Amino acid sequence: MTHYLTFDHVSKLYRGGNKAVDDISFTVDQGEFICLIGTSGSGKTTTMRMINRMITPTQGSITLAGEDLANVDPVKLRRRIGYVIQNIGLMPHMTIQDNITIVPKLLKWSPEKRHTKALELLKLVEMPATFLDRYPSQLSGGQQQRIGVIRALAAGQDIILMDEPFGALDPITREALQDLVKQLQSELGKTIIFVTHDMDEALKLASRIAIMDNGQIIQMGTPNEILRNPANQFVEDLIGHERLIEAKPNVETVGQIMLKSPVAITPGKSLVDAIRLMRQRRVDTLLVVDENRHLKGLVDIENIDHHYKDATSVSDIMTTQVSYVNEKDLVRDTIERILKRGWKYVPVVNDDHQLVGIVTRTALVDVVYDAVWGDTDEPDTQSEQ
Amino acid sequence: MTDLNTWQQLIYYFQHNGSYVLRQFSQHFLISIYGVLIAALLGIPLGIFIAHRKKLSHVIIGIANVIQTVPSLAMLSIIMLGLGLGTRTVIATVFLYSLLPIIKNTYTGMENVSDNIIDSGIGMGMTNWQLLRLVELPLSLAVIMAGIRNALVVAIGITAIGAFVGAGGLGDIIIRGTNATNGGALILAGALPTALTAIIADLTLGFIQRHLEAPQTRS
Ligand SMILES: Nc1ncnc2c1ncn2[C@@H]1O[C@H](COP(=O)(O)OP(=O)(O)OP(=O)(O)O)[C@@H](O)[C@H]1O
Ligand SMILES: [Mg+2]
Repeated sequence: MTHYLTFDHVSKLYRGGNKAVDDISFTVDQGEFICLIGTSGSGKTTTMRMINRMITPTQGSITLAGEDLANVDPVKLRRRIGYVIQNIGLMPHMTIQDNITIVPKLLKWSPEKRHTKALELLKLVEMPATFLDRYPSQLSGGQQQRIGVIRALAAGQDIILMDEPFGALDPITREALQDLVKQLQSELGKTIIFVTHDMDEALKLASRIAIMDNGQIIQMGTPNEILRNPANQFVEDLIGHERLIEAKPNVETVGQIMLKSPVAITPGKSLVDAIRLMRQRRVDTLLVVDENRHLKGLVDIENIDHHYKDATSVSDIMTTQVSYVNEKDLVRDTIERILKRGWKYVPVVNDDHQLVGIVTRTALVDVVYDAVWGDTDEPDTQSEQ
Repeated sequence: MTDLNTWQQLIYYFQHNGSYVLRQFSQHFLISIYGVLIAALLGIPLGIFIAHRKKLSHVIIGIANVIQTVPSLAMLSIIMLGLGLGTRTVIATVFLYSLLPIIKNTYTGMENVSDNIIDSGIGMGMTNWQLLRLVELPLSLAVIMAGIRNALVVAIGITAIGAFVGAGGLGDIIIRGTNATNGGALILAGALPTALTAIIADLTLGFIQRHLEAPQTRS
């Protein structure tokens, strides 16, 4: 099948042999939100600007909507592609209306149609019509970039290129504009290629992230894929340890990290059996389950010590109030519960309330450890409790 | 006439030779304007051209600079050798002196248009011509106008000297005054309108220039 946008072994060499973009290939489907992220000088802007032919590739070909860009008139092409840059680039000598409708004007729309379009777009970003007659300098930075964004939609462009559009804005304004762009993109079904330095921004906006270094795409995937399986050290560093720690529990379920062979006993067993089992498995508590492995309760060594003279079976002394988690719960929630309440472990049940495993504090240590150091050594010595 | 003081003589002169003064004034003004206009017709495109071809800019501005350093009387004389006596010589001189401020200001004005604005203009699909017409020229118009204003004020001064090569204008009245005994009033009758013309030209173009400078902040 053909994709909306295809980069096929594209390179850009500058004089002096500087490879700004080095043999990249990727595809983008219509309606995707692609974030290009990477260190400074990694070739993000160059990659983006080849799409509207502001830069011509030295090698390889780029196809947009079935057309090889090498055969397309650059001026006509650019009028079909929205373009938003960091420093906004509004024309200081034009009113907001004229700024919004620059491309429609180039396309020779009638003044009435342009006015209607400007009004419509202004409404889309909840700005009053009185802004139409103002000049850019009379707007705040955030308002100006809002105009910058809707300007890129004015001629019904299907694809929009954005080069660090919100880099210069304060965090609150930036967040508001991110929400706006995300909303416009999903409502209007636009394809967006978005260059950013900010990993949080990329994780928030992108349907897929392309991580660039040295003119190459190191990894491309959904935010979740990248968070769960960073391709290499560079990607991990770029994501940052903190985000990896945060992210792992965010996507992992209890079932993925639990120990699968909890030490359990049936209620009918005698206390002697219980002690023997504890000693043998070197644990201080036993989970009590019935024949169908339904979780019934818990006995610990302290109970047995108090009652071993007046009780005979496990069912006489077990605690029936046991906290447990479902195997489908997210680790994130479990971590909170275990860490906050100081439990050494929590039993894990499935939807039928059958005991399937336990999550220990040590298992959580592994989660954090993996996030920090990578999945280099799989914990194979599963110590229980 | 000798009983009257200089001011009274001046008023008397204006009353009796009003139409002659007016004729010289308009002659003076037109020579200046023509020279500056022709310079603008050549200088603005040249300024635009070198703004897009940075390497040439040093050469062109260098040449204009050299022209500017030639004393005006010397320049008039040199050109007179080629074009003879008369208005043409003065217009040519004014033209040459106007080139530098106009080329330089056009170049500066174009240079000062921010790269971001150019970039977003191109990125939205403007042709070179549209970029020039819709973006670069409007944004550098105020600076270009400042150059024209500069040139026109200088031109009015040069035209006054141009009377020596028989071009007429208010300088003609001044020369008569210097030739007459006790011609103080006559000198003033030529010099005052010359100064006034320069001042008014400066103020008028200054006003236009400020108007062009800040359309974005007018409300
Ligand atoms: N016109 C040019 N001539 C020579 N080299 C260039 C040119 N433009 C860019 N480069 C080089 O190409 C490389 C990639 O540049 P690019 O602007 O694509 O990086 P970027 O990822 O967008 O960086 P940043 O995050 O700083 O914007 C850099 O090493 C840069 O110096
Ligand atoms: Mg960049």
